[in-house]
Amino acid sequence: MFSHTLALLIAVPLFAAFFTPLARRISRKFMNLWVIFSLGISEFLVLVLAKNVIKGDIQVYSLGADFPALTSPDGFPIRIILQADAIAVFMALISVFIALLVGVYSWRFMEKEKSRDKYYTLLLMLTAGMLGLIFSGDLFTMFIFLELLSIASCGLIAFYIHKGESSEAAFKYMVISAVAGLMILFAVGLLYAQYGALNIGALAAAIDFTFLDITALAFLVAGFAMKCGAAPLHLWVADAYGEAPVPVSALLVIASQVSLYALFRICFTLFGVSSAIGIIAWLLIILGVLSMFIGVTMAILQTDIKRLIAYHSVSQVGYMLLGIGVGLALLGNMTSYGIRAMEGGIFHIINYALYNTLLFLAAGALIYRTGVKDLNKMGGLAQAMPFTTIFFLLGSLAIAGLPPLNGFASKLLIYESVFRFNPLLSIIAILVSILTLASFIKVFYLAFLGPKPTEFKEIKEVPKSMGLVMGVLAFLVILFGLFPNIVVDNLVSPAAQSLIEQFQYISAIL
Amino acid sequence: MISFPFIIAISLISLGFFALVLKRNLLKLVMAVHIMGSGVNLFLISLGYREAGIAPIFTNAPGLNMVLPTVQALTLTNIVINIAIIALMLSLAILIYQHYGSLDTRKRKLKE
Amino acid sequence: MSKIVKTITCLVSLPIIVFGLYIISHGHLTPGGGFAGGAIIATLVALLAVAFEKRLSQQLFSLAESLGLLLFIILGFFGLSSSFFHNFLAKAVSFGPNPGSINSGGVIPLMNLAVGIEVFGALSLIILLMSQKND
Repeated sequence: MFSHTLALLIAVPLFAAFFTPLARRISRKFMNLWVIFSLGISEFLVLVLAKNVIKGDIQVYSLGADFPALTSPDGFPIRIILQADAIAVFMALISVFIALLVGVYSWRFMEKEKSRDKYYTLLLMLTAGMLGLIFSGDLFTMFIFLELLSIASCGLIAFYIHKGESSEAAFKYMVISAVAGLMILFAVGLLYAQYGALNIGALAAAIDFTFLDITALAFLVAGFAMKCGAAPLHLWVADAYGEAPVPVSALLVIASQVSLYALFRICFTLFGVSSAIGIIAWLLIILGVLSMFIGVTMAILQTDIKRLIAYHSVSQVGYMLLGIGVGLALLGNMTSYGIRAMEGGIFHIINYALYNTLLFLAAGALIYRTGVKDLNKMGGLAQAMPFTTIFFLLGSLAIAGLPPLNGFASKLLIYESVFRFNPLLSIIAILVSILTLASFIKVFYLAFLGPKPTEFKEIKEVPKSMGLVMGVLAFLVILFGLFPNIVVDNLVSPAAQSLIEQFQYISAIL
Repeated sequence: MISFPFIIAISLISLGFFALVLKRNLLKLVMAVHIMGSGVNLFLISLGYREAGIAPIFTNAPGLNMVLPTVQALTLTNIVINIAIIALMLSLAILIYQHYGSLDTRKRKLKE
Repeated sequence: MSKIVKTITCLVSLPIIVFGLYIISHGHLTPGGGFAGGAIIATLVALLAVAFEKRLSQQLFSLAESLGLLLFIILGFFGLSSSFFHNFLAKAVSFGPNPGSINSGGVIPLMNLAVGIEVFGALSLIILLMSQKND
């Protein structure tokens, strides 16, 4: 049973997604329970997988083979291969966990919507797309799951079809995703033409950095960078996160993280040490700094609470790109601070996922009760919604990187290590952090303090299930901030190692 | 050696890309994405071409000199994905038209 | 639409279905398969919607969509005794040019059928949703 975990992880959410419309015919409550149950099973499967993989061995699964561990039938992998190493399991843990929380949160948040079955179907398909993208061991399967992810998220962004803005945001998102997908497919074609393989491990073993390979690398990096919402093409982020239903915004954050993972997989595992990788590393660093700066400056101007958090997401993606970019720049002769930078970048992924989801869900709680998204129309909600206030405060302090919350832990790793690589970058990162704090002080003041508008007299605290979800996230935010070493040693460090150890990956696949 | 299909494929892709950047009508954007998709499809298909090859069907095949089936599988998958994307974008264009009464991206109020 | 269109639609509807089913069932032997066959059958729905200008119910197609996908995934689960998507019905077929028979594909024709049902439902739904004014 447990040898099939990898395949089941993709199959279970897909099966659940297709069964949801039928479950809707039975009863609405059954459908909600079914969605949460299936996401719970996925979470359990990821935990089982993590227990085996996090120690450093790489698990490989060939679909349709006579036995799952069959890797190379004729000395050359031709099947669709799924793989799980530490970084993949790390990403899967985050994405399934957040998907589960979002599923619970949606129960009450979406209860007024008529077409909830389609919402849940798309939600589960998005989860399946993320898991497939994480675990797929060849480039083409990666492309297919990326498109599955894009199409599902596009449908979710356009969920409020009676509003013109959400259709517009979805259209923008789809154009960017389609172009990114076609770029990636073109690069896959270029690589296949030269080496006759699609498998990442086989390609990494055979690659010899011709001009066409570098072109393919450029296309792949451009495609995945577009999808992860980094600076020059961050335009879709604000619209998509701002117009989607709130739980979806939280899940889209994770989807962009998964694209980021794919980017790292391409840079580290497929290409590894080469002459071109230095340029790509600096490209990532520059993109990271640009994202940080543009994101935070745009965020200060916003008055729509969701668009504001969306621009902060752009800025936070910059930190990860910075950390990993520094690690990539030092890949050939890895120093201790290079590894620290990568650990900082990877640790920031999980921290960012936690506090950004917390912020989105807390903002969603405000929208759920007040019905407005404009900060200027809110005010004085701290008395009426004390728990939401505390959760939002925790989230905003974490995103600003104040101790003892988790944002501080990972940002400190990034500051320290990047300072030894290039002091200027580190100073920019600290500056961006201060601006983030300034922006969130404004939000907190406008939404929770100050005079209370008369129409908000009747406001109550959010339902228990939504409060519970936010409570879990807030607990983890504090926990990871107080004991960062446990997480870094047990989860982040193996993940960083698995990205660096290219040869171990190749030998596991072939 | 650069052969004719590759030139066509690359020019289709660049045509689609320029249309995407320069055109302001939503339907033209959909067409641009589709043209890019067709360019990539043509590129993939021409990768698998073999001189005097036959279709890769084993039933009653006259010989074993076949064109590459893998790229054809990739192309078919991409066609299906493209159909989904185009259908989605067209539906969104219909919704946007119903809401704003225009397909021009410039005529609506733009959020910053 | 005029009487000519309606009559022709009735005349071609059966050949369209038969041709679509042929393409679906021979997917493992000839070019085509579930997607192409399902799309062919879905053209019939488009033709009917145009010729008779009636509002067709979307329930049936929606059901076909999820049933087809479920069938596909369940076929994958059946292979779990060895690995996911394993061809558990496969028979030994000699490699190289051989006269393939319709019964040589194992689960692949079944999967083609599932894909055919799904594509039929989904494409019909797309056509209907885009052609009929939504309320």
